[in-house]
Amino acid sequence: MFLPVTLELFSGFMETLKTFALTLVFALPLGLVIAFGSMSRFTPLKWLTRGFVWIIRGTPLMLQLIIIFYGPGLMFGLHSMPRFTATIVAFSINYACYFSEIYRGGIESIPRGQYEAGQVLGMTKSQIFFKVVLLQVIKRIMAPMSNEVITLVKDTSLARIIGIYEIIWAGESFIKKGLIWPLFYTGAFYLIFSGLLTILFGYLEKKLDYFRG
Amino acid sequence: MALLEVKGLKKRFEDTQVLKGVSFQLERGQVLAIIGSSGSGKTTLLRCLNFLETPDEGQVLVGGRCLTGSQLSEEDIRQNRLHFGMVFQNFNLFPQYTVLENITLAPTLLKKGDEKTIRDTALRLLEQVGLSHKKDAYPHQLSGGQQQRVAIARALALNPEILCFDEPTSALDPELTGEVLRVIRGLKDKDNTMIVVTHEMEFAKSVADIVIYMADGVIEEMGTPEDVFDHPRSPKTRSFISGAQQPF
Repeated sequence: MFLPVTLELFSGFMETLKTFALTLVFALPLGLVIAFGSMSRFTPLKWLTRGFVWIIRGTPLMLQLIIIFYGPGLMFGLHSMPRFTATIVAFSINYACYFSEIYRGGIESIPRGQYEAGQVLGMTKSQIFFKVVLLQVIKRIMAPMSNEVITLVKDTSLARIIGIYEIIWAGESFIKKGLIWPLFYTGAFYLIFSGLLTILFGYLEKKLDYFRG
Repeated sequence: MALLEVKGLKKRFEDTQVLKGVSFQLERGQVLAIIGSSGSGKTTLLRCLNFLETPDEGQVLVGGRCLTGSQLSEEDIRQNRLHFGMVFQNFNLFPQYTVLENITLAPTLLKKGDEKTIRDTALRLLEQVGLSHKKDAYPHQLSGGQQQRVAIARALALNPEILCFDEPTSALDPELTGEVLRVIRGLKDKDNTMIVVTHEMEFAKSVADIVIYMADGVIEEMGTPEDVFDHPRSPKTRSFISGAQQPF
């Protein structure tokens, strides 16, 4: 029984991994855009962005998944997105909002003197951001980002609500055959993967240890 | 014609009028020391010259060309800044770059020459501030005095016409101020035009060509070091100078 269960769980875990990876690909940069919006000196944009972040962070991801998948069809008579697309859209928006607050905290924690040093050296705003500030921000947000990323691994299981056959669903399918251990086995997948991520983040933090600031 | 001309500079922060009309001129190669107690507007004046603050009124002219105005774009301001160099009280080195990279970063981004020229200039400047052996160190591995010397080299790398120092030794342990002041004195010998906001009275006295004493947002007294330190006319200046020179 062990091999077929393993294979089945692996097929579920592939969905989990795809959701995880694609969410990061979209949410990491989108979060930066939202962070800039929420720090904008143009007040309407700032409050619009902060309102949006409030709504997304203040409601369950599961609700957002359901609305994004069923909403277009039920509200506007449009075709629904494919399940997987809807999953990625919902996860990306949700995680981008959390990331944006981490980014904002990181960006605002950089001393003003760093910006001013760049300014008096004649750098442009974007040069100051990308060449002076960004790496310092990344170093400062490593710990909270590793929290969010590890949470994301486990949150992917929510996608089953709109029919994504992820690993827990795969494990649960064995219950009707009277097997409970495949569910524990799914836990092992999560533990191993989040262990790997912990090692990766530890490595990145060490890599950025060469400077202080 | 004076290299730098400042006319009627005014700046207000909310309820406080920090600069109440400051005017002075500086010739090429001269060193101006600005002294005065905290809150007198010295630093704000320097920050206005570097466009870190926008003056409410008044003009800044370099080589006869007016740099101030209400219609300036961000790009204009960026270009205008390059007339001035700035050395901060807290050094503000970029922590993730080595000493050499700190100096070459801006000239590289501003395309001030090819890679080799920029690097050679940086190495020469490092030699000038006595830190050639630290070129591959990171800022946190240096003492405060060394960091400040790197900051001076970094400012010089863009070859500014006027180099400004905002209390360059105030964040340093007393035993480290000497090495920084010696570097600044060395720059004077190379005919750099400089404005130094400082609390080091002896240094101001010996290095400056002109001394400005600021109090409450105005120039209370301006003249040669002998005038200001030895024969101050204003009672305010007199009490500041004697207060600063009294040990306790």
